[in-house]
Amino acid sequence: MSARAVRRQLVSRAMTALVVVLSLIAVLALVLILGDLMVKGASSIDWAFFTKSPVPAGQSGGGVANAIVGTAIIVGLAALIGVPIGVGAGMYLAEYGTGRLGFAVRFIADVLNGTPSIVVGIVAWTFIVKPTHRFSALAGSVALAILMIPMLARTTEEMVRLVPNSLREAALALGYARWRTSLKVVARTALGGIVTGCLIGIARVAGETAPLLFTALGNLNFSLSVTQPMQTLSLQIYVYATGPFDDWHRLAWASALVLMGLVLVISLTARWVTRQRYGRIR
Amino acid sequence: MTVVQWGAVPAPRAEQPKVPSRWQALRGADRSDRIYKFALTLLALALPVLIIVMLGVLLVNALPALRRFGPSFLWTSTWDPVAEIYGAAPMIFGTLAASFLALLIAVPLALGVAILLTEFAPRSVRQPIAFLVELLAAIPSVVYGLWGIFVLIPFLRGYVVPALKAVFGWTPFLQGVFYGNSLLAGGIILAIMIVPYIAAVSREVLLAVPASQREAALAMGATRWEAVRSAVLPYGRAGLIGAVILGLGRALGETMAVTMVIGNRHDIGISVLQPAYTMAAAIANEFSEATTSLYLSALFEVGLVLFVLTVAVNAIARILIWRVARGTPAGSSAL
Repeated sequence: MSARAVRRQLVSRAMTALVVVLSLIAVLALVLILGDLMVKGASSIDWAFFTKSPVPAGQSGGGVANAIVGTAIIVGLAALIGVPIGVGAGMYLAEYGTGRLGFAVRFIADVLNGTPSIVVGIVAWTFIVKPTHRFSALAGSVALAILMIPMLARTTEEMVRLVPNSLREAALALGYARWRTSLKVVARTALGGIVTGCLIGIARVAGETAPLLFTALGNLNFSLSVTQPMQTLSLQIYVYATGPFDDWHRLAWASALVLMGLVLVISLTARWVTRQRYGRIR
Repeated sequence: MTVVQWGAVPAPRAEQPKVPSRWQALRGADRSDRIYKFALTLLALALPVLIIVMLGVLLVNALPALRRFGPSFLWTSTWDPVAEIYGAAPMIFGTLAASFLALLIAVPLALGVAILLTEFAPRSVRQPIAFLVELLAAIPSVVYGLWGIFVLIPFLRGYVVPALKAVFGWTPFLQGVFYGNSLLAGGIILAIMIVPYIAAVSREVLLAVPASQREAALAMGATRWEAVRSAVLPYGRAGLIGAVILGLGRALGETMAVTMVIGNRHDIGISVLQPAYTMAAAIANEFSEATTSLYLSALFEVGLVLFVLTVAVNAIARILIWRVARGTPAGSSAL
């Protein structure tokens, strides 16, 4: 090989190494964060953490039972509101979305997906908190639902589009009405994928904090009323992490570990379901 | 936080046939079908309505501040709730500075991941690496903030900042005392957060580059890197720029993690060691404390600026990405 060829090969090798190093740094960041979360979080978790509500500031002990229940309620309610709209919009995009409206909706969904969640919080505040003069879990759920809708629309569309057109044609040939074909054959076939999309959407909003700051607000006491302020794990972490007490910091790490675990379990389940169903196609 | 689905985006598919509806050739519609279509259309219309309502809410509530301060709101650097004078310049500056710092760090990392995953890595390790990077997007923002406060900032204070000062201490970017909460901490946290987004979209873009481009370069005797540099990257350039702009959009609007580590001070300074403020952080911190209607209105105007900025940035990014991966929703499920 000429010297030039050797140099070119060396450059190629060097760039390959650089790319590997850059990727390792990205992966290292993940390992560090998850590692710290495990180490600092696990040491702070005990039974009281899951069963008790917070104790007054400065005292030690207490738990975040109210925040765990609050997260479930607020996110569950958000799913009730957001899933029908998001999935419906996605069905529209997949079934009828070839025209100008479809293009616009698709584009807007993509743009909305990047909208700052804090702005969504302001909008929910304006429509619910301001007129009722009260912070409420419901307002938080509406904010989270708004965040879910564009994401669900796009993932649903993707999943429904994977259904082969021949299935549609077969159902229609058998005399099924279009709406029936769409719901009972097309949506049914794509159901696993749609559920996956919904789970991932839920996992995403479960960790959101910004849109809840002035909607759900947070609550130090145990509350089940959706018209009252309610605590979530994310709000709890924010307050405890930025507070002055060591015991709060300890609870913040523990809450963060629980929240991360929750998010991971939901999204890994979703991925696992998808792989079971579609693994061989891809 | 989001789960980026590397796997959920199908490979680029053939162009849809140019018919008004995929149903058209199949069967005539009757009334129930029209009702079904009507119902779905209503649900789909929720999205355009949503974006218009959001814009409307922000605009209407920002009107008092808009009338009072006019366009000078954007370049006034006083933010004084007592004197009722509001200018967003420090926040706009802080938002842009933190985002650009984040891009500076995140773009090389993300492009490295994308190139590794599409060009260099053996097939067997591609999926695991993609999965790990994707997990970065699954970490909630507030958890990044927590980690930033208790791990990143002490690490910066103990090791990184002294080292940086020793080498680059003479530059204006590293003046002043480092207390922890700073533009630097905010930028680094943001960088880690946007890596998975830029990487996911870049990867989709690079996957959309036809194999023939690579093969042609290799057949001409190019090394693997030369094939990437001279054939693959130029072909995907618009899409890659789109991916970076999309990451910028993410960084601009990111709230919690930044609020927790950037220091939240209404100051404009080019030293990355000093505290700064961002638009999203200002809303998060001050919205529920805004005592006067003009104060609240000023915060709505900050929200309006942020919203318009991110929508514009996202729209540009989307158009660029669609140009490369036409018809495919590259990365859309990621974002």
